Amino acid sequence: MTDEKQTAAIGALSDPMPSAPPRSQWRAVWEQFKTHKGALLGGIIFLVIVLTVFVGPWIWPYDPTYIDIRARNQGPSFAHPLGTDQLGRDTLARMMAGGQVSVAVGITAMLLALFLGSLVGVLAGFFKKLDGPLMRLTDLFLALPLLPLLLVMVLLFRDTLNQAFGPETGIFILIVLAIGVTSWMPTARIVRGDVLALKEREFVLAARSIGTKNGKMITRHILPNVLSPIMVSATLGIANAIITESALSFLGLGFPPDFPTWGRLLFDATDYLQQYPERVFWPGLAISLTVLSVNYLGDGLRDALDPRIRGR
Amino acid sequence: MLTFTVRRLVLAVPTLLFISLVIFLLLELAPGDPMAQVPLTVPPEVKEKMREALGLGQPVHIRFVKWLVQFFWIEPQVLFDHVFGTTFAEGKLRVLSWQTRSPVMDIVVQRMPQTLWVVGMSYIIGVLIALPIGIYSAYRQYSIFDQVGTFISMIGFSVPTFFTGVLLIVIFSVNLGWFPSIYDTTHKVTDWDSFVGQLRQLAMPVFVLALYNAAQISRFMRASMLDNLNQDYVRTARAKGLGEKAVVLVHVLRNSMIPVVTVIALGAPQVFGGAIITEQVFKVNGLGHLLIGAIEANDLPTVQTLTFIFALLIVVFNIIADVLYGILDPRIRYD
Amino acid sequence: MKIKTLMLGAVAATALAPAAIAERGSDGHVNIIYWQAPSILNPYLSSGTKDIESASLVVEPLGRYDPTGALVPYLAEEIPTLENGGVSEDLKTITWKLKSGLKWSDGSAVTSADVKFTADYCMHPEGGCAQLAKFEGVESVDVIDDLTVKVTFGEAKPNPYGPFMGGQSPIIQAAQFADCMGAKAPECTTANFGPIGTGPFVVTEFKPNDVISMEANQNYRDAAKPAFATLTFKGGGDATAAGRAVLETGEFDYAWNLQLAPEVIANMEKGGKGKTVAAFGSLVERIEMNMTNPSPDLPEGERSTAAHPHPFLSDLNVRKALSMAIDRELLVEIGYGKAGRPTCNLVPAPAIYASDNTDCLTQDIAGANALLDEAGWVKGADGIRAKDGVKLSILYQTSTNAVRQDFQALIKQWWSEIGVETELRNISASVFFGGDPGSPDTFQKFYADAEMYANNFDGTDPESYLAQNTCDKAPKPESQWQGENINRFCNPEFDALVAELAKTGSLAKRGELGRKLNDMLTKDSYVKIPLVDRGRVSAHANTLGGVVLNTWDSELWNAADWHRIK
Repeated sequence: MTDEKQTAAIGALSDPMPSAPPRSQWRAVWEQFKTHKGALLGGIIFLVIVLTVFVGPWIWPYDPTYIDIRARNQGPSFAHPLGTDQLGRDTLARMMAGGQVSVAVGITAMLLALFLGSLVGVLAGFFKKLDGPLMRLTDLFLALPLLPLLLVMVLLFRDTLNQAFGPETGIFILIVLAIGVTSWMPTARIVRGDVLALKEREFVLAARSIGTKNGKMITRHILPNVLSPIMVSATLGIANAIITESALSFLGLGFPPDFPTWGRLLFDATDYLQQYPERVFWPGLAISLTVLSVNYLGDGLRDALDPRIRGR
Repeated sequence: MLTFTVRRLVLAVPTLLFISLVIFLLLELAPGDPMAQVPLTVPPEVKEKMREALGLGQPVHIRFVKWLVQFFWIEPQVLFDHVFGTTFAEGKLRVLSWQTRSPVMDIVVQRMPQTLWVVGMSYIIGVLIALPIGIYSAYRQYSIFDQVGTFISMIGFSVPTFFTGVLLIVIFSVNLGWFPSIYDTTHKVTDWDSFVGQLRQLAMPVFVLALYNAAQISRFMRASMLDNLNQDYVRTARAKGLGEKAVVLVHVLRNSMIPVVTVIALGAPQVFGGAIITEQVFKVNGLGHLLIGAIEANDLPTVQTLTFIFALLIVVFNIIADVLYGILDPRIRYD
Repeated sequence: MKIKTLMLGAVAATALAPAAIAERGSDGHVNIIYWQAPSILNPYLSSGTKDIESASLVVEPLGRYDPTGALVPYLAEEIPTLENGGVSEDLKTITWKLKSGLKWSDGSAVTSADVKFTADYCMHPEGGCAQLAKFEGVESVDVIDDLTVKVTFGEAKPNPYGPFMGGQSPIIQAAQFADCMGAKAPECTTANFGPIGTGPFVVTEFKPNDVISMEANQNYRDAAKPAFATLTFKGGGDATAAGRAVLETGEFDYAWNLQLAPEVIANMEKGGKGKTVAAFGSLVERIEMNMTNPSPDLPEGERSTAAHPHPFLSDLNVRKALSMAIDRELLVEIGYGKAGRPTCNLVPAPAIYASDNTDCLTQDIAGANALLDEAGWVKGADGIRAKDGVKLSILYQTSTNAVRQDFQALIKQWWSEIGVETELRNISASVFFGGDPGSPDTFQKFYADAEMYANNFDGTDPESYLAQNTCDKAPKPESQWQGENINRFCNPEFDALVAELAKTGSLAKRGELGRKLNDMLTKDSYVKIPLVDRGRVSAHANTLGGVVLNTWDSELWNAADWHRIK
């Protein structure tokens, strides 16, 4: 014990003296983040996507559900830059309206799943008493068949939520809950595995020996070190949420059927793959770009939060 | 470690019983009716009779106990009979599907070959591709290789298989005519030509699934390697003159495997669960197709049995993962 | 009717006889794909189309319907009618005579005992027979001699062709199924998966919900048929893939029921490997109007029941205006192409039952607006019509299906043009069409104002189909929401006419009554708004000869005549 303390102390002494005045931690994080080209680019792309889908509809004159049957199946033109679909609805308007739902659902559901997953994972990994029950719970959720589970959720909560929050918010909450509750388990298992290994590391022992409380231990020492698998889960989680949302609408769980989302646009267009390949291209590109930009954002964020890299 | 494994295995029994009960109640609660696929021309009185013939009139707890007995007592007897030629299970009622009126386990066994060929092989290939890509991407972070790999894996993950599958069919079946678009489950491998035929029909579904699996696993591999490459012990290893190969492939890799082992163990049961969408696109008709068909037809005995087998595998693979943690990092102790 | 049908049958039979078939099994292998996979080959245990049609290759009824809806003898010598004395004057008995020398595929002789056994098998109280409705009213089935069997009904049966007619009611072998009666029916897996039959093919391997392998029946009654030695029947996937396999890649010879957008099919046909065939039956896509109030504010158990009439759909003018606003031609063009025709009738065929009702075929938005104005429904500031504080706001539900969702979007727009607000909802088919009384989303429970689906009737007689709309058949909580009168339509005059139809034997009179009942549900009351008379499109390879699409019976009804065009 004392030996280790001494080594740590000697190590600290040998560190180079700081040349610049101390900065606040978040400022340092931002400085580091800025130098990460991929993260910056990802951030910009992500902002552009968010702006387009949320502000675009205010500028763009077409309604995503307006049917102009004479203009159906058109290719790109000046009036319809992305063409029209089989009922003559403007694809750009539908992409923007669909993006609102997909981005909102994707991000919120991913955050919910990450929160649940990290919480369960950290608690199970850190507290030996909780490990058994929490992991058996995870096994249970992994084993439950997804479709019947979702159908039961609709049955139990659709009308109650609709009455409490109005139809649109109600459905949004239901979808986010449905996706979040059914996709936190991998994150939990991954985080727990890492925490199990981490808590036996020397720095945890060191922190404990100077009297760090459990709460502090988790937030200051454990969480920052499991950030990278969480970030990967986040990127994969967004794609998963966007695609799952489109699956939900086939069960009658999602938004009304004339309401476009990226996942549904992609699915509907698959039948027309040979005649109108561009219809598949746009939603596919939008989903991929969103996921890619979040991935780079995550990469940059992780690097920026890692003091070892930041210091260099 | 041995006592831990034994304890976990013993503990798994009540866990599984509990899971099977929850699944049963969930299916009971879920809206749906085995008569949903019966044409509307069949009058309601006849449908009611058909429901009774399926045993739907009985109370929930009786049906659950019946299923338990059939699955845990009679089915093992059938297996025993099959292996040793005995007749213990003769005349006893097995778990019967409501759709086909035949034993569920027979259909499961029938579906195994194509599921293992397609989904199993794609998983193995996916893992074998993902590990080197993940390792090298991390080792040469932000190199061209890493960027391209990131790009491809993100596309592989974010573009759903219902699209990639159809795209491949249009290119390789319709336009080029290289591969069949429909998987032939009656195909038997007897000689070289039929083996080539099997590879041809495997090519597209395996590619689609392998891409998807590899994308996911390689991301975790890369992230975990990156974490460890900056650790002090790496510097120490290098400083004491170990070769780069040994440093990366022995020290860093071993310490980076914990999340990857978790992900692989989480994915392995999915192999048996089948790949619903890919199976549908290529008409593989494996276990995934069986499950989704049973859910759509509200064939509760089939759904219950399949989901339970799936639960069993999940529990077993998670135990395997936990044991592997202990081997990879001896500091992890469970007792 | 009987003479005419017989003649039609004879004509059809000769017309269909293929030119010259060399010998049984000379044309090698044929591949069939159905995008729904067969689960069982015993039509008495499952009434799914996929199961009945795959089984029709193996087991056969006494007689079938041909593509014109006429009756043709299969195992029977001829179709019994009043004229040939097969049906008794009081309409209470029908006597069938088997062809002589018929053999099961195992070589044993087919006798009238097998026919009687078939009836006993299905009518067993514990069997849960899926085709019990076919045997409704049957009092007894008696064996007269080895080849003759007499069916006696409890009361006069103007349409005695329920038992043993059509793909749903084939003859099964008594010897094979003797131990499978009643509750034991599901245990006979071998028999249910490989019934011994009289049809052109016998099962060699059955993989449930996947694939069936068959070979030619060596004991088939025509020594020259079938032309194919072996057959593969693959199931599963989706209609797109099935169409692609026949029309574009040529891997399969026949694909069933291509429910795809017309454009998609047209594009596939450019592949040049095959062609599509279309035919019409009695399937009609329609919108059902809820005559009762589905409001969620009502206590459970009173929603959508006769206790509360619908706040605005009970007004005939509203229902009529909703129908007038729809452009059926366009719906057909978008959704069905050559597999659909606009219709205003619930019973579109056969000809004698089809009403000449065509006024709904032209869209009339202006007329609909005028009608609603006149009826006192005035547009508010938001463009939505209202009267006495009741807004014309509709929840319009249907099952999940690409074409139906396109229809919903189009109709929503047309209704908005006449000042009606529409909320759309789609529900997974397995829930929507299921009768689970616990689910709020079934089509019977009808917790919506309007819903869309398709329905048809078996065979060529619409009596029981029309009789579904009598007052007592309305789904209600007391009957676990079972019932076929989806609209909760109730009109004593209608019920009286239904009762009259049940007693009428003359075909001309039946036709007149049938048309009248059809009109009462459609153009007189608009409780049902028919949209599209849906035909069926199937595809076959250019090299597959002898395909005659039949919507009144199994599509594979004449598989014995199929052959390879060289």
